[in-house]
Amino acid sequence: MNTLWEFLSMSDANVRFVTIGSILLAASSAVVGCFTVLRKRALVGDAVAHAVLPGVCLAFLFTGEKNPLLLLLGSFVTGWLSLVLIDVIRANSRIKEDTAIGLVLSVFFGIGILFLTSIQHSGNENQSGLDKFLFGSAAALVGQDLITFGAVALLLLLSVLLLYKEFKLLSFDPAYARTIGLPVKGLELLLTTLTVLAVVVGIQSVGVVLMSAMLITPAAAARFWTDRLGVMVLLAAAMSSLCGAAGAFVSFTAPAMPTGPWIVMLLSLLAIFSFVLAPKKGILARYLLQRRIRRQMTRENILKTLFHLGEATGEYGHSYSKQQILERRQKPLLQMKNSLHTLRRKGLIKKSREGWALTEAGKKEAQRVVRLHRLWELYLTEYLHVASDHVHEDAETIEHVLTPELEKRLEELLHYPTADPHHTQIPQQP
Amino acid sequence: MNIDAFWIIFTGSLVAICCSLLGCFLILRRMAMVGDAISHAVLPGIVLAFLFSGSREVWTMLIGAAALGVACTFLIEFFHKKAGVQADASIGVTFTWLFALGIILISVYAGKVDLDQDCVLYGEIAYVPLDLWFTESGRNLGPRTVWIIGGVLLILVLFISFFYKQLYLTSFDSAFAAAIGISTTLWYYLLMSAVSLTTVAAFESVGAILVVALMVGPPATAYLLTDDLKKMLLLSSGLGIIASAAGFYLALWLNGSVAGAISAVIGVQFTLAFVFSPSHGIIARNRKGLAAPRMAEATVEPVL
Repeated sequence: MNTLWEFLSMSDANVRFVTIGSILLAASSAVVGCFTVLRKRALVGDAVAHAVLPGVCLAFLFTGEKNPLLLLLGSFVTGWLSLVLIDVIRANSRIKEDTAIGLVLSVFFGIGILFLTSIQHSGNENQSGLDKFLFGSAAALVGQDLITFGAVALLLLLSVLLLYKEFKLLSFDPAYARTIGLPVKGLELLLTTLTVLAVVVGIQSVGVVLMSAMLITPAAAARFWTDRLGVMVLLAAAMSSLCGAAGAFVSFTAPAMPTGPWIVMLLSLLAIFSFVLAPKKGILARYLLQRRIRRQMTRENILKTLFHLGEATGEYGHSYSKQQILERRQKPLLQMKNSLHTLRRKGLIKKSREGWALTEAGKKEAQRVVRLHRLWELYLTEYLHVASDHVHEDAETIEHVLTPELEKRLEELLHYPTADPHHTQIPQQP
Repeated sequence: MNIDAFWIIFTGSLVAICCSLLGCFLILRRMAMVGDAISHAVLPGIVLAFLFSGSREVWTMLIGAAALGVACTFLIEFFHKKAGVQADASIGVTFTWLFALGIILISVYAGKVDLDQDCVLYGEIAYVPLDLWFTESGRNLGPRTVWIIGGVLLILVLFISFFYKQLYLTSFDSAFAAAIGISTTLWYYLLMSAVSLTTVAAFESVGAILVVALMVGPPATAYLLTDDLKKMLLLSSGLGIIASAAGFYLALWLNGSVAGAISAVIGVQFTLAFVFSPSHGIIARNRKGLAAPRMAEATVEPVL
């Protein structure tokens, strides 16, 4: 508890720099990342991160000193160039985007490594610390870095805030953006520039490989909690800042721990948590929904089968054993026992010594399903001219999902029919 | 050429052939970035194998890394298919997570694990001739790495020549392959295992980035030069060998990393093919474009 308090009070200047720096970096790259991810260009950030290296080395080779602004400028130029090259390769050859990204990324990085090692072997005293651009070291952040971070973060946030509407259109419907006269090319260029800027600055604290996580992971996680862009951007920024601070805290309590990898680790865990547990979109929520629908289908199929059995004799209250029900069906019923019990609890069927029989309410429900089935079969033969012996399978699935409104429209369309294509009666609505 | 130079170029060529062969299938399946992801995601596997075996035992490292590589592809598929994460985002989230895990493990067991990040990222092929393999009687069998990568190459060549039809069909027309009873999932995972295996075998000498450069570069160049998969496989292997040799001398000249220099040569090769390829280069395309009626373009453009 004491350590936490000591961390939160930020009495140590170093802690202050690392924490504020991490939060600024995390939040600004998350905001920009939302747009790159939505535009399906998530991995482009990875290419930029790798392409930064030759620029850093060239800037150093030309000036012979480690002026942070010049290094940033150099990395910005090559990072930007890499994105242009990816677009040129994709547009002018049969090479696909993923290959173009992989190629540009590895070639730029290779050239960077060649320069870097060459500089390191040259014996220039000044060079140490250039590899900060390779692996990043958030722990080495100093006051001056913070000013750069803050300025860039402010620039990024302001641009996104001012051009929010335009970027939103660009991400979701570039064709429409073009028709209403927005300068799409210019906006794309601006967004690209912002991405490069976020990467160039961020790379010094998390390193080449993990930089793409700072762009992609918060956006991917936030996407699972909302469908609104504004909420998504805020959520991504919030998650990212939280993980940024937490990462700084981890390396505060255990100084051997690298800050960058911990930020990414926490972000990834948060993302995986979202993938699994987010309401509506998460794996768990989807699984539960599927299970509910599957059970509903089994129940409706049982009622329907009992109705079919009764149809032959005209006596719907008769009881049938499980065996008899299964014999009437062509496909097996999953979890039949559970469904029978649920149906009984709902008062739709009743149990006697010989087996199961429809109640009055159950018969009504069964009639509804059979009615939908036969209406659909008729619709397929009348309007889509499907042969009458091919329509059963299709109706077998759609009968469970047709809504009362659709039922009404089908009836109107088919002029209130009484018989289906197999000349069996369509049960009328009570 | 002295013996060390020979071993370095020879190792580079072996790695190049391994990577280019697999890379052809990867880029045809539009999975170049999955190769990139695997090459980073094997890191925690190597560290864990290191911790369990307590030594740089080759086989445990190969197995550990291959397992993580396959796990990485599985996670990518799982997030994409089951959770509905966008395909590219799924790749980005998965490999960075595993890479971060690897680095954290290295920091936790800093004393026990003799590995560092720069070795993972760009390796050091110049050390290959130093790690020689001697028989019990003291006979010099050459560098250990050559034997490992040679073994992997042998496995790959056998794999591709025996199962060429399956790999070809699942890459080009997975629906047809499934229809005639070839399991696309099985071949997908076999290919991914091969990619993981190659990455690990190569990583120590050339690092993750050169693996990606060799997997994507020569096949992409060959793809601009031919339309025949068999020719593409041969051509990209040849390009890889040329890049290794040229890269070695470039590195010697600049006194820099061999892996970096090989990547740079690969970039030059691609640029040449991109501009001058007789069938798919820019010049050839423009010439074709001039021959085709300009009208067609003018009418198509506004619709797009």
